[in-house]
Amino acid sequence: MNDIRELYQDMILDHSRSPRNYGPLDRENHSAQGHNPLCGDDVSIHIYRNSAGVIEEITFEGSGCAISTASASILTGVLKGRLEEDVRLIFSSFRKMVADDGEVPSGEGLGKLAVFSGVRQYPARIKCATLCWHTLIQALDGKMEEVSTE
Amino acid sequence: MSRRSPTGESRVPFADLAEVRSQFPCLQQQIHGKQLIYLDSAATSQKPSQVIEAVDSYYREYCSNVHRGVHTLSERATSRYEGVRPKVAVLINAPDPHSVIFTRSTTEGINLVARTIGRSRVGEGDEVLISAMEHHANIVPWQMLCEEQGAILRVIPCDENGDLILNDLGSLITDRTKVVSVGYVSNAVGTRHDVKKIISAARTRGAITLIDAAQAISHIPVDVEDLGCDFLAFSGHKMYGPTGIGVLWGRKELLDQMSPWQGGGDMIRTVSFERTTYADTPWKFEAGTPNIAGVIGLGAAVDFLNDVGFETIQEHESQLVAEAMARLDQVEGLSIIGRPSHRISVISFILDGIHPHDAGTIIDQHSVAIRAGHHCAMPLMKHFGVPATIRASFAVYNTHDEIEALTSAIESVKAVFR
Ligand SMILES: Cc1ncc(COP(=O)(O)O)c(C=O)c1O
Repeated sequence: MNDIRELYQDMILDHSRSPRNYGPLDRENHSAQGHNPLCGDDVSIHIYRNSAGVIEEITFEGSGCAISTASASILTGVLKGRLEEDVRLIFSSFRKMVADDGEVPSGEGLGKLAVFSGVRQYPARIKCATLCWHTLIQALDGKMEEVSTE
Repeated sequence: MSRRSPTGESRVPFADLAEVRSQFPCLQQQIHGKQLIYLDSAATSQKPSQVIEAVDSYYREYCSNVHRGVHTLSERATSRYEGVRPKVAVLINAPDPHSVIFTRSTTEGINLVARTIGRSRVGEGDEVLISAMEHHANIVPWQMLCEEQGAILRVIPCDENGDLILNDLGSLITDRTKVVSVGYVSNAVGTRHDVKKIISAARTRGAITLIDAAQAISHIPVDVEDLGCDFLAFSGHKMYGPTGIGVLWGRKELLDQMSPWQGGGDMIRTVSFERTTYADTPWKFEAGTPNIAGVIGLGAAVDFLNDVGFETIQEHESQLVAEAMARLDQVEGLSIIGRPSHRISVISFILDGIHPHDAGTIIDQHSVAIRAGHHCAMPLMKHFGVPATIRASFAVYNTHDEIEALTSAIESVKAVFR
């Protein structure tokens, strides 16, 4: 039996109960919606990216399980003020951390996101953690159609 | 309780429910270091040895195609395959074994009806009636049909208890209603619906009726004569049988009038490039090499049901459900979704402030298999105002101790989120 608290760490529980950066964004110039048809999780990401490619502001809205809510909440905190190209690098490390069998990537700017390292033990929950990320990338790429994890 | 010997003649009784449970190899295992507790039989039931062995012996001992060989193996396979039709007919009290069609699943049975007689009977402006509590399998095929034909899909509403509201059937079923298709037992909240009432209202208007018996077939005696429906569909895998096999029963006169659905081998009498004549019912609906092992396994599952007996099944399962309801009702912060007047085998619930998927993951860590999700009934989830529920479902092999294990797993979910 895995220790369930490796998945549900305090920071995750805290962010799922009181999500940060939650709500619409008046200045948004990029946004996208994501949906996981399997469990009904919904998320939308709102971004204001300035002309230098810096994500000045980022918020989210939606409903879902503790993992998906905390993932979106922590993501917005970590990515605020980052360059778009860094965001893509961080996503690639994040994905390796939650979805790959290999070594857990260290450093590479994961920071707080490392609390999601327990997710890889629970394959059924990987999509909960990554839905907001896919939605974020969609928003940055400016594609309008809804992201689906399926 | 009695058991059929492998040759099918003499029947040896099962001593008790413990012996029944011992027939299920998959239940005899540990998950995460603890005895597996399987409370997801509404998704698919476990399979007893007699089913597994029947499938195995087809592949090991008489594997061959049906309906085409003159050789001994093929004759053996054909007679075992065809021998399952009368068994199924007896199970559902159908007068004619030739009205039993083997399909892939409940889903395929419903699609077959929608695509054949549905398409010929439902025209522009006509109506198809389903209920608010259907599985997607009994929604989407009708929606597709209505879209194609310019027809209207209407829905029998349900109340907050998860009972269908049937006092307004007179206005829901009109001369425009060509098909009425409803589930017998709700897979999401466990309601056993008064389908007889719906069927008789439909018949007075001349609508054809289909009953989705997927969640009923392994729990209660199903009697098509008594129900008075035109079609009944179910899946082998929810009645202790293999996956990939299902049954569509239909009234023989209707089946005879209906045109085939899929074309291919086995469903024809003669083929030339100018004209093909079709085989008789039921074979005209079974195009191509069928799921022979599945049919043979289904036959063994019917034997298993008879060996245990519906009286035993119903008595045991209703005790389990009553006890589980009582225990779950005592859990603080737990709300049961749906309080139907007649419940079968299924209990759905939610936990205050905890998403069902988080609960499901933690409950699984306690070796308890439950389902967390929308149960392929998204409109119903919307009706109850929840994105998903946690669902525990029971079968004849479950025990009272397993209810204890479920409630203690739920307490540990609450402990994580405290
Ligand atoms: C009430 C009901 N109808 C239809 C189905 C579909 O069954 P299958 O997937 O075997 O076709 C199910 C399965 O979950 C069900 O519970």
